[in-house]
Amino acid sequence: MTDPGLAMTADAAKPAPRGAAPDLFDKFQPMIDIRENLLATGVTDPFSLVMERVESPTVAICNGRRTILLGTYNYMGQTFDPDVLAAGKRALDEFGSGTTGSRVLNGTYQGHRECEEALKRFYAMDHAMVFSTGYQANLGIISTMAGKDDYVILDIDSHASIYDGCALGNAQIVAFRHNDVEALEKRLKRLPAEAGKLVVLEGVYSMLGDVAPLKEMVAISKAHGAMVLVDEAHSMGFIGPNGRGVAEEQGVIDDVDFIIGTFSKSVGTVGGFCVSNHPKFEILRLVCRPYVFTASLPPSVVATAATSIDKLQGAADKRAHLWANSRRLHGGLKQLGFTLGTDEPQSAIIAVIMPDLERGAAMWEALLHEGLYVNLARPPATPAGMTLLRCSLCALHSEEQVGEILGMFEAAGKKVGVI
Amino acid sequence: MTDRDERKGSILRLVAEFNKKGIEVSEDTRFAQDLEWDSLTVMDFVAAVEDEFDIIITMNRAAEIETVGQLIDAVGELQG
Repeated sequence: MTDPGLAMTADAAKPAPRGAAPDLFDKFQPMIDIRENLLATGVTDPFSLVMERVESPTVAICNGRRTILLGTYNYMGQTFDPDVLAAGKRALDEFGSGTTGSRVLNGTYQGHRECEEALKRFYAMDHAMVFSTGYQANLGIISTMAGKDDYVILDIDSHASIYDGCALGNAQIVAFRHNDVEALEKRLKRLPAEAGKLVVLEGVYSMLGDVAPLKEMVAISKAHGAMVLVDEAHSMGFIGPNGRGVAEEQGVIDDVDFIIGTFSKSVGTVGGFCVSNHPKFEILRLVCRPYVFTASLPPSVVATAATSIDKLQGAADKRAHLWANSRRLHGGLKQLGFTLGTDEPQSAIIAVIMPDLERGAAMWEALLHEGLYVNLARPPATPAGMTLLRCSLCALHSEEQVGEILGMFEAAGKKVGVI
Repeated sequence: MTDRDERKGSILRLVAEFNKKGIEVSEDTRFAQDLEWDSLTVMDFVAAVEDEFDIIITMNRAAEIETVGQLIDAVGELQG
């Protein structure tokens, strides 16, 4: 065998033929240690859960146990909607399992166009561009719009896809304190008036479930000549009179230049998008690398997305029920004595703050034993080094389920000793 | 007192406000390793320096600043 890589994997005990060069995995050692120490306490690995069967948007079988799902971002419960499923099956039969190509070559089918038309209708905007994931939508728009001499001004608690969009591009990056209007204004004032500026905000910040003061921030950004991008991943379908998000709710959607969103939450499938009213928007299809150099979404995915988006617009009853669920869970958890990420429920995300990773993992496991799945979130994904049990509600959680959920939190909280 | 001395005085005062562990500080002191600041503390400190001198320290620029001395020089350049 002449391939040194293969020889290395063939005999793990043999010293690696690197000479003085370090193992490139060494940089992950601190994380490997944290993980091993945690698992050594006997706790179930919170990051390798397998759902063996999924019965509905709110119930799955995990480790053979019927489990209520409270950590899926499936806010509007569209994943088993009969019309959505029928559209997907039809597209699978008529157009096949995949496009095998880029949107700008052989990867734009009728379904991709229809999906973009559905987005334009939903947002009442002139242009829509569908990406293969929400992550790629942020990566593509931010890295392409902000060039070398431009500035991206972003909230310090921005999602990884926003930071990665900055890293992929070569603009100057300026961060401001989370949701701090004054901090944003101070920085905009200090930037050169003649420089291009893109302010990047999120409607709902997914770690604590708090909403941005978009009304003030968008106005200030516009006053300083900046273009504004708002990521509405966690508000689409749910917040705002037509479910267009926090920018709609706060009455500033017409001043937003780019809205970024995802199909993997309220829409109930996978994919990402950007909508805009900018007259030159369509050129992005040719210059945005994360759009051009990847395969487009499968026909079944865009068909389910388009059908789901059309149904979200008129889903006022579901929105009302989801708000009722959010208020009840928030109030109930607070009453039980848990510390929550926000004083009032601001979205469909309710974050329960844990004292540390050990007790967070223990609580996560205790909840799973009770039959409840939530997300365990820990640094570096979380702000201020917090360990969180993140709950995301679904419009299809029944009143009875919310009652059950509160009972499970009480039992697990007492068992672990966090309440 | 030179401009740099004045800047140094102000920056050392700001460092002291964030130096909760009371570590001795010189121009060679490194923020992450020696002062053991996490990313959030660094962020708050950078914001305090920006406000003190009415400047912007971009994340691109901040990534190149490791020590107190480098910060004193960088602030001087950014003030123009």
